Amino acid sequence: MSTFYFIAFLSIFFSILVISAKNPVHSILYLILTFFTFTVHYILMNAQFLAIVNFIVYMGAILVLFLYTLMLINLNKESEPVKPFMVKFAGVFGGGILIVALVASLKSMGISNPVILKNPDLGLVKNLGKVLFNEFLLPFEVSSILLLSAMVGAVLLATKDPKAA
Amino acid sequence: MESLTNTIQSVPLNHYILLSTIIFSIGVMGVLIRRNAIVIFMSVELMLNAVNLLLTAFSVYRGDASGQVFVFFIMALAAAEVAVGLAIIVMIYRNTNSVDINVLNRLKW
Repeated sequence: MSTFYFIAFLSIFFSILVISAKNPVHSILYLILTFFTFTVHYILMNAQFLAIVNFIVYMGAILVLFLYTLMLINLNKESEPVKPFMVKFAGVFGGGILIVALVASLKSMGISNPVILKNPDLGLVKNLGKVLFNEFLLPFEVSSILLLSAMVGAVLLATKDPKAA
Repeated sequence: MESLTNTIQSVPLNHYILLSTIIFSIGVMGVLIRRNAIVIFMSVELMLNAVNLLLTAFSVYRGDASGQVFVFFIMALAAAEVAVGLAIIVMIYRNTNSVDINVLNRLKW
């Protein structure tokens, strides 16, 4: 039980560091740590498939993509311009209001039951594969079209226009 | 693995909702207070991950595997979104030599 609270504290701590770090590279490194704590959360819930996918897709693919883009874009010549203090304060205040509103609506629900894993192999690959390829077969195939179109769009957007160059 | 999964036995569902709420709100704050477009994208990723965690917690709580399949689809969508978004950022950088979103205020008109 205390493991959950420790990992939850680490998640919140690192995600605050993500948005407060001055250097964007440090932000990405803190984001990797945040996603690692999310992976630990998935393992604690015995969602092994999601833990592995989170590890490979988020930490392996998406964040490396972020790092590559950041290194392609040469940001070291001027430090990042900061917003005026009032705008920052308004942003933090708005986020705080969102937390207060959601927590207040949570309070009205009263005490909740503990999260108990009734079926231990709920999140295993075998069980999820059966669900994915029976009930969710059509969305699965549609997501392949989504990824293909995203790939074509990214290549189209990021390549230089030969006429302009 | 048994002893590991026994550690969550006494965590109430409300605490998972609380954790996801806080992380989602941190993502919202990040979008509002930063000016670097890449950091704003990272805050969006943070928000997506908070929702993923909550979906998984609900899925375990209800004993229904559909929630975890939804998380899988959200991950595929996030990968597509990041690829297109970062391509757009690279293109913007090529045109304006900056990733400061205040340079893009012409989009307002």
